[in-house]
Amino acid sequence: MTDANTQGAGQAAQASNGQGLANQAEIESVVGRILVELKDIPGPLLPILHEVQHQLGYVPDSSLPIIGKALNISRAEVHGVVTFYHHFSSKPRGRHIIEVCRAESCQSMGGRDLEAHAKSALGLDWYQTTMDKEITLEPVFCLGNCACSPAIRVGDEVYGRMDAEQFDEIVDELRTVPLAFSANPAEVK
Amino acid sequence: MTAIVKVFIPRDSAALSVGAERVSKKLTQLAAEQDTVVDLVRNGSRGLFWLEPMVEVDTPEGRVAYGPVAPKDLPSLIEAGLLNNASPSDRQAHPLYLGLTEEIEYLKKQQRLTFARAGIIDPVSLTDYKSTHGYDGLVRALDMSSQALVDEVKDSGLRGRGGAAFPTGIKWQTVLNTPAEQKYIICNADEGDSGTFADRLQMEADPFALIEGMTIAGLAVEATQGYIYLREEYPHAKDILNEAIQVAEQNGYLGENILDSGKTFHLEVRIGAKAYICGEETALMESLEGKRGMVRPKPPLPAIEGLFGQPTVVNNVLSLSTIAIILAKGGKFYQEFGMGRSRGTMPFQLAGNLKYPGLVETAFGITMKELLFDFGGGTRSGRPMRSVQSGGPLGAYLPESQWHLEMDYEALSAEGAVLGHGGLVAFDDTVDMLEQARFSMEFCVEESCGKCTPCRIGSTRGVEVIDRIRADENRDDNLELLEDLCDTMVSGSLCAMGGMTPFPVQSALEHFGEDFQKPSNNQEAGQ
Ligand SMILES: Cc1cc2nc3c(=O)[nH]c(=O)nc-3n(C[C@H](O)[C@H](O)[C@H](O)COP(=O)(O)O)c2cc1C
Ligand code: SF4
Ligand code: FES
Repeated sequence: MTDANTQGAGQAAQASNGQGLANQAEIESVVGRILVELKDIPGPLLPILHEVQHQLGYVPDSSLPIIGKALNISRAEVHGVVTFYHHFSSKPRGRHIIEVCRAESCQSMGGRDLEAHAKSALGLDWYQTTMDKEITLEPVFCLGNCACSPAIRVGDEVYGRMDAEQFDEIVDELRTVPLAFSANPAEVK
Repeated sequence: MTAIVKVFIPRDSAALSVGAERVSKKLTQLAAEQDTVVDLVRNGSRGLFWLEPMVEVDTPEGRVAYGPVAPKDLPSLIEAGLLNNASPSDRQAHPLYLGLTEEIEYLKKQQRLTFARAGIIDPVSLTDYKSTHGYDGLVRALDMSSQALVDEVKDSGLRGRGGAAFPTGIKWQTVLNTPAEQKYIICNADEGDSGTFADRLQMEADPFALIEGMTIAGLAVEATQGYIYLREEYPHAKDILNEAIQVAEQNGYLGENILDSGKTFHLEVRIGAKAYICGEETALMESLEGKRGMVRPKPPLPAIEGLFGQPTVVNNVLSLSTIAIILAKGGKFYQEFGMGRSRGTMPFQLAGNLKYPGLVETAFGITMKELLFDFGGGTRSGRPMRSVQSGGPLGAYLPESQWHLEMDYEALSAEGAVLGHGGLVAFDDTVDMLEQARFSMEFCVEESCGKCTPCRIGSTRGVEVIDRIRADENRDDNLELLEDLCDTMVSGSLCAMGGMTPFPVQSALEHFGEDFQKPSNNQEAGQ
């Protein structure tokens, strides 16, 4: 069930692996396990890439030949797929991903100002990560929350009727969640 | 004292986005403190989003609603009888009291067929679903031949709700007529159009309707495997769909030998990866196959050579969900709604700068003005409404002189407007239409699959040209260049991404030309 706090903590747990570069041994074991599970389903590549990014926080370059070999396709083909989709990241990202909706409904409700605020408050441009590796800022084109525009997404939670003040509160809260997480690991899914 | 009170708080992601989870927690806590037993149902949303989080309570008079409720409102709501058998007049005393839910004008004026259960039932309760005519359609379908099923869908007049409005029954006939070892049903749940959320609401409020519709589609064209291609941006819908699929499997409604009929239909959710173009059906299939989402030339039609080269039905979430009620009530019943060649009802989505944004399902033929003002209540900002984008990011911007149009596929396209997936995004008079046109081109730069030059390069040039117009560099020449670019994109693109991106740009130029004539002063805007 959805729960703001445990979701936040779950997000932290998930991305904590992904914070920073994973080492090669870890990559090989994680990717190996995922391949055993998924390589024989029809159309396995996207599900595999999703799982790799879910577990490692990103899709490391060094995982591409391993995936390619298992699926009998070239490393270049896997690379082509990773780069085609906005969702997949070849580099480690922050512990939290904040996505700000840039699409029309949100624009009509002050979304452009919110975009500008998000960038200046975090000191980031799109796809950049804060120095402390806490937060990555990404654009998104519609979250299906257009009746509560403007909208942002943090991990798997969407927030509507957003404004600069609430945005700052959410960022503040995110930066304190890791402590809550380590104090209460039982809450993690 | 021990009477159990049934309370409904949505688990819909829009409701959650404005605090439904906090309301639910606080209510549970307060109820426990005063020893009241609450049967808390996490329903879907009714789609009256300005009232979310909406809390409903079962009373002897029927379900009553309160909204928008914040956690801090709960003590006073409980004081005013939220959780005990307070009389309607006691309840009325609270400013958030909305009365009987079904009597709320916005809802009462609608004709909900596809969304008949939205917000009423627990989305993952099969019992709730069946007690509201759920699976009546499938039970009927199991006694019919494939051809009879296809005929029923043809009779309904249903046209695809994803945007292209192709008759669903005709598409199914082609798949039925094409012999193959394996056929597929794909539900297009990529819902990339900004200003639209009906697919999401449907999946989160009534997932069994989609599952039932896809199962019936499988029977109709003899397909045994279905995929729901769901956009990554909808994590809550993913959880709800997977939960519902599991329940359906456990109860014999999916899998082998459905309801002891000997028929098989398997269903799986696959997640996209943030690419608008993967809503285009052939790019979607490439993506499902594990490739870049590049658009395939047609022919071959997906109905003949689709997923993994096999005959495939690709239909939108709403088209497939509507199949359930068409089979339950008959094609004739459905086609009696609507106008002209647009039969049945359309779930319109009111978005943007509106006082009452939400889902409005009515028969085709309602005017845009009625939707924007009678339902939408005009702008939220209170300023004059200036422009409305209809039909998603590839749809034209319409000025007031076009708001009289009836919402009907043909009536809109005759005026260069698009009905598409049914979204309307309203803008007040602070909108800068040059910036909107620039965004349309920029969106195409970001989301083009890259296969054709007019789309890939044309959109990049489009952004540059608009930047020069904004900076007042050779304005007249550049305006002419922009028109030429639009023409090239319209005529030289393989799919509607490049072919329709010019619609919002050209309509902005045509109807809001003054915004392209302003002296340059905002160099840094919109980067
Ligand atoms: C650029 C582009 C994006 C599209 N996006 C979607 C989408 O997100 N959802 C959808 O159902 N159809 C979308 N379509 C339409 C599909 O190609 C296809 O017509 C539809 O899924 C067929 O289902 P229907 O007949 O039930 O509408 C898109 C088309 C284009 C050209
Ligand atoms: S028009 Fe654009 S999106 Fe469509 S096929 Fe061509 S390049 Fe791809
Ligand atoms: S346009 Fe921002 S949520 Fe849809």
